[in-house]
Amino acid sequence: MIPTLRTIVAALAALGLRASAADHPPTAIHLSPEEITEATRTDELSIPMPGEFMASLDKLGKIDWTTLFRPPIATNFTSRPQLALNLGGLIADGYIAVEAEDAPQVKSIGKDILALAKTLGVSKDVIERGASITGFADQKLWNQLKEELEATQNEVKNGMADQKDADLVTLVTVGGWIRANEAMSAYLAKNYTPAGARLLRQPGIAAMLNSRLGKLSEKNQEDPTVITVRKRMAEIEQLISFPLATVPSQNTVSQLSSLTAQTIKEITKKQTK
Amino acid sequence: MKPPLHLLRLALLPLLGLHPSLQAANDDETVARKVALETAGAFSNDGFKIRDGTWSGRCELGKSRVIQVNLYAGNQYWFTVGATETAKKIAVTLFDELGQSLPTLPYQRPTTVAAGFAATTSGPYYIKIALLEGTAATFSLIYSYR
Repeated sequence: MIPTLRTIVAALAALGLRASAADHPPTAIHLSPEEITEATRTDELSIPMPGEFMASLDKLGKIDWTTLFRPPIATNFTSRPQLALNLGGLIADGYIAVEAEDAPQVKSIGKDILALAKTLGVSKDVIERGASITGFADQKLWNQLKEELEATQNEVKNGMADQKDADLVTLVTVGGWIRANEAMSAYLAKNYTPAGARLLRQPGIAAMLNSRLGKLSEKNQEDPTVITVRKRMAEIEQLISFPLATVPSQNTVSQLSSLTAQTIKEITKKQTK
Repeated sequence: MKPPLHLLRLALLPLLGLHPSLQAANDDETVARKVALETAGAFSNDGFKIRDGTWSGRCELGKSRVIQVNLYAGNQYWFTVGATETAKKIAVTLFDELGQSLPTLPYQRPTTVAAGFAATTSGPYYIKIALLEGTAATFSLIYSYR
């Protein structure tokens, strides 16, 4: 069975995976509006990992990913929502470090992820992941590292779900997504191309995340960092929900870059009582 | 050298199915996911990275299931569905954000099916899973990208 499949994969690679209508004529022509409205949206599959975003950007040309690194962030926040947001951001940082193929940076970020997970009380299962991240980084197994980072994120989220803390799962996702957008928009603002700018179109994700932020518990909604993030996310949604045929201008990309950078700054700023 | 992650996942699946933290996991879902991973593993040999997340559920004749995914222009994707053996033929169809079906490259076996797609625009897409032949079955969807 597998050789057959591998033959297909090889053929796809040769064809650049460009399907034509004759390849697989779909039996259903349209989804009904109800099917679209009622479609399942899950954190695990409907939200892309930062690595997918970066893979698409990578195809536009050679990128010096090290320019998208940021200085280490604090790991001793006292607010659990803020810890979760930063944990997500660190996982996005991990993907950037993997794209840069920078083993020391990957290991350093892995350590910080573990520190935040420990403070959140979900480190038990993540400790082994931390060891794997170090091992894969030492061996320069970059593809495995991308999968390991997602597995780490899911491990953390499972731990949060076990603690009946579903809100934190949402915040990890939001933190990672904002950090990935900060990095991508910063790059595109400096290296603007119409094709690159169109990659920023993500209306489905922004709508889903904003809907989830609106369903956080009252207590978490009162967290100062969450209040700021909700406000900023509404603005970010407006910038990235442009129509299919629209090409965002360099000015719009710069606006997104500033907005996401400001949001990340606020997420990493320690709360004062 | 450590084995590839998809092989580790396959080996660990029986254990994962017993882990209390995996609330949604049950034996059928474990089987369906294993079937999907066996197929997707071949794609990963070709540079496709398998998402760790999965979507599992029940499919019945006449009752299809739909999930939203968000894809990026320039990336290539494989959407792979595995199912328990009561499924004799399943279909996976991809739709754009307006609900129009899209041409995909097929891989079809009785309990596993995959659709290959190269995204030319970024945005939301929908995947529909339908049981065409057989009786009610548990399915598991995973996707890979490069």
